[in-house]
Amino acid sequence: MTGLYEPHRYPGKLIVVEGIDGSGKSTQISLLRRWLGAEGYRVFFTQWNSSALVQRAIRRGKKKDLLTPTTFSLLHAADFVDRLTYQVLPPLQGGMIVLADRYIYTAFARDVARGVHPQWVRRVYSTAPRPDLALYFRVPIEVSLERILSGRQKLKYHEAGMDLGLSSDPAESFRRFQSKILTIYDSVTSEFGLRVIDGSADIDEQQGLVRKMVRHVLRGAGPLTRTDAGSEQPLLRPRPALQEVGQA
Amino acid sequence: MIEGTDGVGRSTQIEQLKPWLEVEGYGVVSTRWARSELLQETIDEAKAGHRLNASTFSLLYAADLADRLENEIIPALQAGLVVLADRYMYTALARDRIMGADPAWSRDLFGFALVPDLVLYLKIGLDALIPRVLEGKGMSYWESGMHLALGKDIFDSFRKYQRRLIHELNSLAVEFNFTSLDAKRPIEVVQGHLREHIGRFLRSRKKAQQSDIVTTVEQPSESSETVDALVTQAAK
Repeated sequence: MTGLYEPHRYPGKLIVVEGIDGSGKSTQISLLRRWLGAEGYRVFFTQWNSSALVQRAIRRGKKKDLLTPTTFSLLHAADFVDRLTYQVLPPLQGGMIVLADRYIYTAFARDVARGVHPQWVRRVYSTAPRPDLALYFRVPIEVSLERILSGRQKLKYHEAGMDLGLSSDPAESFRRFQSKILTIYDSVTSEFGLRVIDGSADIDEQQGLVRKMVRHVLRGAGPLTRTDAGSEQPLLRPRPALQEVGQA
Repeated sequence: MIEGTDGVGRSTQIEQLKPWLEVEGYGVVSTRWARSELLQETIDEAKAGHRLNASTFSLLYAADLADRLENEIIPALQAGLVVLADRYMYTALARDRIMGADPAWSRDLFGFALVPDLVLYLKIGLDALIPRVLEGKGMSYWESGMHLALGKDIFDSFRKYQRRLIHELNSLAVEFNFTSLDAKRPIEVVQGHLREHIGRFLRSRKKAQQSDIVTTVEQPSESSETVDALVTQAAK
């Protein structure tokens, strides 16, 4: 399982963001993505649970309430390994910057909060390269709850951990489930050396910190694939996933 | 649990075992590899789209098995039914090995799976398998290992892929202590052998349970000995 703890050897750079729902990580990574593009870097963006491979199974499982913690975990792992194969590794091998909205630490926190064995999940994801920079956006539960509910009417069933039967009240269930995840994220943070950012701070202030850390990582890098002299149009255009920017 | 390579006749045998067990007085449930409510369509689609590699293949199969275990197999076992499984994780372990996945990783991945009470392995050589498959539904893309580009045509590829698969299953048979049956024989003969093994296993289990209850009440000191005696007797 050494891959999870040791630096990878690809010429590209892997930067990931982690945090509970409503922590502001997606906002920060989309700001980062635009900035890197403007700086002339070629950036590839990938998002948790977005591959077409298992979408149907996950949707079906959620709708018909078939999912158990084990199948939930395995389906997300299949999604991850599929994206790893087609989206993450090739750009890293080609010397690009890969940005990932959620990475293996999401599984280590969420699946374990659902009762899956911590060592088993680590083993399942053991082929994943260790990121060059993993940012963890930490926010108190109430802040995340407030942010989510200001953007939409209702909490989602699984996001609130309603499948665990913690409480029949979605907000209460959310608090309990996400608190569990927060606690586990804290131990994952020290185990894997995630960099903690205060997700309740001012957005620009956070982004300033993020860019500083990213600059530091890129300084040590060999030549990365660039677009022509600071053009804002990367050749490989990732699918649009900027809807959360508006939320900020 | 019935294991065996593609086209060896597993489903035919299971179809015939089911009514027999029911006549013998057992409740029976059968379950098939890659046929869970959750994943059947996804696996079929992914296979059609040629998108899978060894790891994603295994992960989908693991999710399929976990779904069937938690939603079908374990509840049936808890209700005291006999569960007949057409393939189990050994199929994935064998295929993974050929596709180049880390065997230790695949074994850990399937660490959640229950160990079957009895694994009946329909063992066949490549030469006997080929005519059977040709007469049956023919050679398919995946069963011929076309994804591995092993041969110059489907027949050649089938031979190479199945030879490896049979080899892997044979070594798994040793590692996990399968009961091997000669699957070259006519269907009825194989069916007879399967019934013999299953009948013997179920009888010994029944007697062991009964004698356990009886002996713990009447002669607690000799219980384990009595059970052993009965099992041996049943095995004769």
